[in-house]
Amino acid sequence: MTAETLVLLALGVPFLGGLSVLFSGPGSANVRDGLTVITSIILFCIVWQLIQIVDAGGRPTVTLLQMIPGLSLTLSLEPLGMIFAGVASFLWIITSFYAFGYMRGHHEANQTRFFFCFAIAIMSALGIAFSGNMLTLFVFYEVLTISTFPLVTHSGTDEARRAGRVYLGILLGTSVTFLLTAMIWTYVEAGTLDFQKGGILEGNAPAGVIAILFGLYIYGIGKAALMPFHRWLPAAMVAPTPVSALLHAVAVVKAGVFSVVKVSVFIFGLDTLRDTGASTWLAYVAAITILLSSIIAMRQDNLKARLAYSTISQLSYVVLGAMLASNIGAMGSTMHIVMHAFGKITLFFCAGAIIVFAHKTEISDMHGLGRKMPVTFFCFFVASLSIIGLPPLGGVWSKWYIALAAAETDQIIFIAVLMISSLLNIAYLMPVVLYGYFGKEKPADTHSHGDDHSHHHAPPNHSMLKHLTFGRPGIAEAPIMCLAPIVLTTIGCFALFFYADRIRLFLTPVFGG
Amino acid sequence: MTFLSLNISVLAVIVPLMAAPICVLLRHSGLAWAWATAIAGITFVLSIGLLQHIMANGTLVYEMGGWDGPWGIVYHIDEVGALVVMIVAAIAAVVMPYAKLSIEREIPKERHYLVYCMFLLCMAGLIGMAVTGDAFNLFVFLEVSSLSSYVLISLGNDRRALTASLRYLIIGTLGATFYVIGLGMIYMMTGSLNMTDLATLLPEVQDTQTIHVAFAFVIIGFGLKLALFPLHIWLPNAYTYAPSAVTAFLAATATKVAVYAMIRLIYTVFGDVDPFETYGLRGVMIALALLGMFAGSLLAIFQTNVKRLLAYSSIAQVGYMILGISIGNAIALEGGIIHMFNHALMKGGLFMAMGCVFYMVGSTDLKDMAGMGKRMPLTAAAFVIGGFSLVGIPLTVGFISKFYLVQGALAEGWWPIAFMIMFASLLAVIYVWRVVEVMYFQKPADGDVSYNEAPLAMLLPTYVLIGAAVYFGTDATLTSEISLNAAQTLLGGSK
Repeated sequence: MTAETLVLLALGVPFLGGLSVLFSGPGSANVRDGLTVITSIILFCIVWQLIQIVDAGGRPTVTLLQMIPGLSLTLSLEPLGMIFAGVASFLWIITSFYAFGYMRGHHEANQTRFFFCFAIAIMSALGIAFSGNMLTLFVFYEVLTISTFPLVTHSGTDEARRAGRVYLGILLGTSVTFLLTAMIWTYVEAGTLDFQKGGILEGNAPAGVIAILFGLYIYGIGKAALMPFHRWLPAAMVAPTPVSALLHAVAVVKAGVFSVVKVSVFIFGLDTLRDTGASTWLAYVAAITILLSSIIAMRQDNLKARLAYSTISQLSYVVLGAMLASNIGAMGSTMHIVMHAFGKITLFFCAGAIIVFAHKTEISDMHGLGRKMPVTFFCFFVASLSIIGLPPLGGVWSKWYIALAAAETDQIIFIAVLMISSLLNIAYLMPVVLYGYFGKEKPADTHSHGDDHSHHHAPPNHSMLKHLTFGRPGIAEAPIMCLAPIVLTTIGCFALFFYADRIRLFLTPVFGG
Repeated sequence: MTFLSLNISVLAVIVPLMAAPICVLLRHSGLAWAWATAIAGITFVLSIGLLQHIMANGTLVYEMGGWDGPWGIVYHIDEVGALVVMIVAAIAAVVMPYAKLSIEREIPKERHYLVYCMFLLCMAGLIGMAVTGDAFNLFVFLEVSSLSSYVLISLGNDRRALTASLRYLIIGTLGATFYVIGLGMIYMMTGSLNMTDLATLLPEVQDTQTIHVAFAFVIIGFGLKLALFPLHIWLPNAYTYAPSAVTAFLAATATKVAVYAMIRLIYTVFGDVDPFETYGLRGVMIALALLGMFAGSLLAIFQTNVKRLLAYSSIAQVGYMILGISIGNAIALEGGIIHMFNHALMKGGLFMAMGCVFYMVGSTDLKDMAGMGKRMPLTAAAFVIGGFSLVGIPLTVGFISKFYLVQGALAEGWWPIAFMIMFASLLAVIYVWRVVEVMYFQKPADGDVSYNEAPLAMLLPTYVLIGAAVYFGTDATLTSEISLNAAQTLLGGSK
């Protein structure tokens, strides 16, 4: 099977998988869930093969269609995109399992529509990862926004509707006003929209125009949640946790920061950015976002809200690395895409398990919960270490490289920002774990329900959804369908510590040795 | 074949024109409909042939009755004219099958044959406007199409349709009169009515007060017809109260043909005079276009009737076309021309979807569409896709138009205008969003009679246009090529 066929399959498989779910859905829930799992596994196998091909030096290119004379929808694979594709497709498998447990435990309705939109969203994420020119990236970027909208507003409540308006308003607003304008302007200046190493604007436009264009691009990519266009992320937390986990810790936000890195490297070129100084002010914006959102995170009592602001902060790490206009920085950014994905998805999985199976959404209600759900909280602890950036978890490497880039480009202040940010991370993540294990349980008079569903407190009747007790009294762990994914991603955080260098080698063709 | 290729331009006008009275003879509703549909289909095929001929061989010149120009009436068709003919014929061919059920629902049976007769006359008039090369002939066909559209609008089943039609009649006649006065002054100064002839004669007299005034008159005349802000006040009521099939047809064709006539006047008749430079037209047109874009979009946001919302949206979209024309470079003009085609698809599809809504629900008020996403999923989906196109989401035709328009603005270095085009798109997000929210997020009112999906005979034509809106949004190579050729021919001066 040729590489080109594989590329087409990589997009076709989730699309067909989604359609098959759509048409089989109203029938059996097990059939639908089975189809989702099979689709995700097949997809990852395809992506893995493509990663091998790209690692060996191959750069498969496929033209999907010619949109206007001179511009086509083209897919062109290279290492940076493959990193994103690999992360998204691998974590889809794990999220699918988690989603079954969660959606059934939560008695969610409309699961067919849910899994269909999920599949389309994954397809668009891959389209962004594989895009060969800015037009293709833009098309799939918008498809991603639209396909995730039904996921965000899944519950159909008034709160979900309002959140959906914020979500769509900010994402469509920024992409149409800034990103599309920047894209067309680039086309007028450079005559092409193809991604090329070293950028396409060198010599084609005056420095002032390049600076304005860059600003338009970075603010146009609203999915990177750079302040002040970050409000959609906390608003989207109204979605079911599997959505928050995969899309808003992995696919949607990573599509945003991936696009930032891709534009910086392949439309502008890191040398051009350095020469024109177009990215300097944005590095400061990223730094402010890192610090400010961490401080806001500390003040959130709702666990998902805290994690949302943490995500905004971590995304700006990726943006900062790219804005430093150095190869090491951009490499650190890309690595952080992987590290943060694994870390954050674990945290969100834990949050979801706590919501559904312990019925708690506020951190102040979770005192002592760690004794009831020891495995969950331990995984939360390990993933937090990765986010904070401590060895032996993967997060230390990406922070290391970004700090190295700051030193290399004589912008020491950003090292200080990273240090302070790590301290802030400890401040908003560790209390959850500490109170969970060592805190005194509050008197159990009112259960706080963060959502509108009325739960039956009797355990669900599916055998896979029974609370795990490990034979000990007082333990009511999440069921295996949710716990297994949590443990797997936690192991991933740990494994990435050792695997980081392999990733760096994979990215050498893009960022140098 | 030779007969066809020689006379094809005339046939496109003659066929519907001669066929219209036959509808009057065929009193029976079904027969009249079948006859009109057949004629629309034939005209569509003819229009495709015409377009292909022009793309292959360049501008077509046909002398009526063998009388030479500039004294005889000459038909002069280039790429943009052929494109407009094709738009009119295509929309007619798609709306006709749809019209059977829609007209049955909205108009008493004994009047159906009149509707179909007027349809054919309107079509003939619009096509005639697009093919003619004689300025007075343009007026004749303008009146033919306008008078028949006044009748069509008045046949709506709401009592206000009569008032709307009367208002349109007064304002439309005003516009036509302005045009003919201006034309009279031009004839006085040049002695000719033939468009290509005028192009050579006008530069000598371009600085006279008479021609200045004449130019203003003809521009305002057509400005009224194409609903250029602030000459648009007839449009919202006319579109809202007309029968659904009529709105779908007129919204997709009448303003486009008027825009075409404006293009013809500016770039061909006054082409060598270059009105943008000589008369300072550019600033005025751009300002009015931008005002129309924003006023139309803003007013659309506050409407409670969806047809009226779409009508205000049309005013905004006409603003885009005029912007494309007045920016002046080839890309912007290409954008304006391609938007004529794209908008016809979008708005035709959207109004047909509204016709489906009216057919099942009996109303086009927003509050009556609550929960329609579940009850009429296909119709609602058609509206959503059309809405995406209005906003300019990629993979729809709206995106292609915006791409060219913004490119054209940026190529001149006018980035504030580029931003304003984008802002107007954001306004479109808001008003499309209002409808989507009601359709998908609201529960239907209590005690609502359960209604089902619209009949297939109405859904299929709707999806033909909506599907075309998606198709030509993903693969715009054909429409781009035609529009680019058209723009280049126009900018190359009159021929």
